Amino acid sequence: MSAVLTIDKLTKRFGGLTAVSDVSFALKAGEFLALIGPNGAGKTTCFNMLNGYIKPDGGTVALKGRPITGLAPRAVWRLGVGRTFQITQTFASMTVAENVQMALISHHRRTLDLFSRASRLYRAEAEALLSRVGMLGEADRAATALAYGDLKRLELAVALAHAPTVLLMDEPTAGMAQAERTALMALVADIVAAEGLSVLFTEHDMDVVFNHAHRVLVLNRGELIAEGTGEEIRANATVQAVYLGGGTLSSFGATPPQNGGVSP
Amino acid sequence: MMGFYFAQLLTGLANASSLFLIASGLSIIFGVTRVVNFAHGSLYMLGAYIAYSLVTTLPGVFGFWTGVILAAVATAFIGAAIEILILRRIYHSPELFQLVATFGVVLIVQDAALAIWGSEDLLGPRAPLLDRAVRIFGEPIPEYDLALIVIGPVVLGLIWLLFQRTRWGILVRAATQDREMVGALGVNQHVLFTSTFMVGSFLAGLGGALQVPRESVNLLMDLNIIGQAFVVVVIGGMGSVTGAFVAAVIISVANAFGVLVWPQISLILPFLVMAVVLIVRPYGLFGTPASAHGASVPEAPLRAMPPAGIAVAAIVAVGAALLPLADDGFLLVLGIDLLVAMLFAASLHLLMGVGGMVSFGHAAYFGLGAYAAALAVKSLGLPMLPAMLLGPVAAAFGAMVFGWFCVRLSGVYLAMLTLAAAQILWGITFQWQSVTGGDDGILGVWPARWASDRAVYFYIALALCGAGLLIIRRIAHSPFGYVLRGGRDSALRAEAIGIDLKAHQWLGFILAGALAGVAGSVFVFSKGSVFPDTLAIGHSVDGLIMVLLGGVQSLLGPLFGAAAFVLIEDWVMRLDHWRAIFGVIILAIVLLAPDGIAGGVGRLLTLLRLRRPA
Amino acid sequence: MLEVTALNTFYGGAHILRDVTLAVGPHEVLALLGRNGAGKSTTMRSVMGLVRPRSGRVTFAGADMTGAAPYKACRAGLGYVPEDRRVFRELTVAENLEVGRREARPDAPSWSVDQLFGLFPNLAERRGTAAGRLSGGEQQMLTIARTLMGNPRLILLDEPSEGISPLIVEQMAQVIGEMKSRGLAVMVSEQNLHFARLVADRAVIIEKGEVRFEGTFAALDAAPEIARETLAL
Repeated sequence: MSAVLTIDKLTKRFGGLTAVSDVSFALKAGEFLALIGPNGAGKTTCFNMLNGYIKPDGGTVALKGRPITGLAPRAVWRLGVGRTFQITQTFASMTVAENVQMALISHHRRTLDLFSRASRLYRAEAEALLSRVGMLGEADRAATALAYGDLKRLELAVALAHAPTVLLMDEPTAGMAQAERTALMALVADIVAAEGLSVLFTEHDMDVVFNHAHRVLVLNRGELIAEGTGEEIRANATVQAVYLGGGTLSSFGATPPQNGGVSP
Repeated sequence: MMGFYFAQLLTGLANASSLFLIASGLSIIFGVTRVVNFAHGSLYMLGAYIAYSLVTTLPGVFGFWTGVILAAVATAFIGAAIEILILRRIYHSPELFQLVATFGVVLIVQDAALAIWGSEDLLGPRAPLLDRAVRIFGEPIPEYDLALIVIGPVVLGLIWLLFQRTRWGILVRAATQDREMVGALGVNQHVLFTSTFMVGSFLAGLGGALQVPRESVNLLMDLNIIGQAFVVVVIGGMGSVTGAFVAAVIISVANAFGVLVWPQISLILPFLVMAVVLIVRPYGLFGTPASAHGASVPEAPLRAMPPAGIAVAAIVAVGAALLPLADDGFLLVLGIDLLVAMLFAASLHLLMGVGGMVSFGHAAYFGLGAYAAALAVKSLGLPMLPAMLLGPVAAAFGAMVFGWFCVRLSGVYLAMLTLAAAQILWGITFQWQSVTGGDDGILGVWPARWASDRAVYFYIALALCGAGLLIIRRIAHSPFGYVLRGGRDSALRAEAIGIDLKAHQWLGFILAGALAGVAGSVFVFSKGSVFPDTLAIGHSVDGLIMVLLGGVQSLLGPLFGAAAFVLIEDWVMRLDHWRAIFGVIILAIVLLAPDGIAGGVGRLLTLLRLRRPA
Repeated sequence: MLEVTALNTFYGGAHILRDVTLAVGPHEVLALLGRNGAGKSTTMRSVMGLVRPRSGRVTFAGADMTGAAPYKACRAGLGYVPEDRRVFRELTVAENLEVGRREARPDAPSWSVDQLFGLFPNLAERRGTAAGRLSGGEQQMLTIARTLMGNPRLILLDEPSEGISPLIVEQMAQVIGEMKSRGLAVMVSEQNLHFARLVADRAVIIEKGEVRFEGTFAALDAAPEIARETLAL
């Protein structure tokens, strides 16, 4: 597999604090890559440097060999990098379909159109995307009326609208119930497999990480301290010490799963 | 020469002290309550009037300073009354409501001050023992100025101690960041907010009282100072007292030297300084990007107008077109006023309702349109129609210049910047006598002979304003309108789907300005004259009241609101104390009908639909 | 000690809580379980007076607290730790604690700054640091310490394990244990059944604003379909 997104020696300082320090890794084509680590380890900062929300102090980000370091978020998006947010960001005063149509309108560069009816543009494409995430039935509801799990699905449909090569997902399952988490990640895994999309995601739910990620990166105090398969990461003593702990709280222990931690 | 410059510097610093006092109060109140207190200038004016009454009664040095302090204390209690009676009820309302409510207070205070102190300028006594000048580098410097230069930093130090070293200060700073949480930790917010408002009012009152020996006390003090105070707060960073001090010093000193180069520079200098600062630091010198937004109410998705609605709209349009048959005098004048008001309100709604950019200075573009059309006729000798075209072009140009800065900000920052921009344009029309006629305005701007018949001009107004309204509706439903709505809902999401939101908002700002300019052009030929008050704060607030009256959430809202406003105004203006009465009406609307007329009609329809068996 | 009876709460037109009834006894840790949007936070906010219930009653230590202002609920001995870590970001750690400080009360364990720094050693090291510069886990600890400064009799913890790393979640469980051993009653809302089981004596499950289960974990295990339906395990 060739690298789609190459991160080289990325560094960011806030005042005296080095939030991200010399982080290098690559996201390969068709890969489902997890970025984990304690709160404040620099995951979000790292993430925001990949899609242009924060300008790095050092290092480079390249998409298929093309440097994208320091580009505005919208420019990064145009080059084919989509994203979802930890706290869902949707257009509350629009319907579900219109939310997706907006992404399509932007993709087709029709945002300066002053006289067409927005709600009639790219409706069919929007419906196709909604059916891809199982939301077609909700197309004409107001986005505000959606349950939390459905909002996450809507965000996914929006993020897929411009057929991105890379999808960045910041804590995609935060705030969801267990079954919803599994269903959403299964859906993403399915899309990754079907469309050859590459996904980088941050996550605190170890069940999600170890069930779905092809590979895991661990960040601590701004530095990359481990990189490997789920098995390798779980067995890594350093990662256990700074992050995973005794593994009492997920169905995966620090050692390979026996019977789901303390649960009977 | 050296001495002269030093004297200018000292004058600047003395001016800075009083500006700092009022701006710091505004900043503190905003920090905790998130209310942009328009009435802060009124508190400043009251402080000056009360101090005038006290220092002219109380004798000697002791009497003077006692009078100043007592005036500030009295202002603090007036502030407490305003907070308890009005603001406490609207802390959770969108910023528009708060602004309009505090403007209601401005009107009431103006009428009260007029009734108590009269309309004459009042000249206070010099401060005893500080009534002479000392020579520094050979230049005479008023002793009182030196005292002011000391007072500013001393007050800054005291405020700093109050905020950093007392429990009250820690609670206030905590409330600035998360007031609900402070309540859940056992702090009585009512007491905290009222006391904060009192401190802010005390500072405004003190600032006003200290001006008594320096300048005459008059009824224009309130709105004259508030624009400057807003600029200082924005430059310093909302909620930052240190920022307010630094900004006050920068502006006042720059002014003191600027006037040497060009006497009128004080009108635009604050804006220039603000523009430079905001380009470098979008949240002001000491500000942080903390939430500058008021509460927002989620809005329902736009739907196409149902056939019944289209039918009603068609009937109204035909009815309007037939109006000249029924009457040729009073009704037509009122009809033109209505059309102008509707387009003005709808263009403001495009900006703030659709675009989420609350403008406190939209009258600037209405006024630009009116003045440009008037000047085109009077100075360039253009015929009516080309002159009417020049109106929106000039307004769009103005909106382009100011909008470029405004869209870099959001929420209250943006609102304050729009207000400051409008104040500057108002200042220019007021002062640039040779071109604009200053206070006397431009007279004799009548329609061309072929359009001089009321009915003909009514049709012109109907065509232009009607077209403007249709264009606005079309834009609201277009991809561009959706981008504006989307940016209002979630700027993060807009940026994350590749949209250059600022560019779209800028264009939205220009379009809204141009459409207001159309309203201004139609207005000027219907009245035959234009005066600086078309650009004044009061007129901007009129627009806000129209939008608020109609309900921000509906595209039809501004039309209802403008109609209601024109009718109410037409009635109230004939009464004595119309300002106070109007202020009370505004307060009543804000406190009693928060979703406006369209909201009320909507609720009524829902109710009827529920009654009807499905 | 805390009794919530037939509580109905609305947000605008949305009916969020439907006849919610539950009770927390002295020294008890009650887990309030349910999915996102089930009504856990709204229950806590209704108890605390942050939203006003339309009907029903909240009594605490025998006094009627229904719809009382948040500061009154706090002064009556209710402590509230919100979800999403609402520290005062620009205040230092020590100043954050000062905001929470209230007089000691005879009927509740009292906490001093030093005791809390003992319980949360990370915070002690950073007492002069602005809270906004703490890590997420440290901020979560600070919100708890801040609430304990008010010497509450019962503490409401809203989703303390959400969005923080597994290691900190374990520390959180220890802290809840410490609070219980000092004599505090706790109501903790959770989506994570593992965590709830670890810290709580009893569970209440709510779904779509209605109480669906109330009882011990043994009783919950005896009827696994309840957890499967309501928590989507």
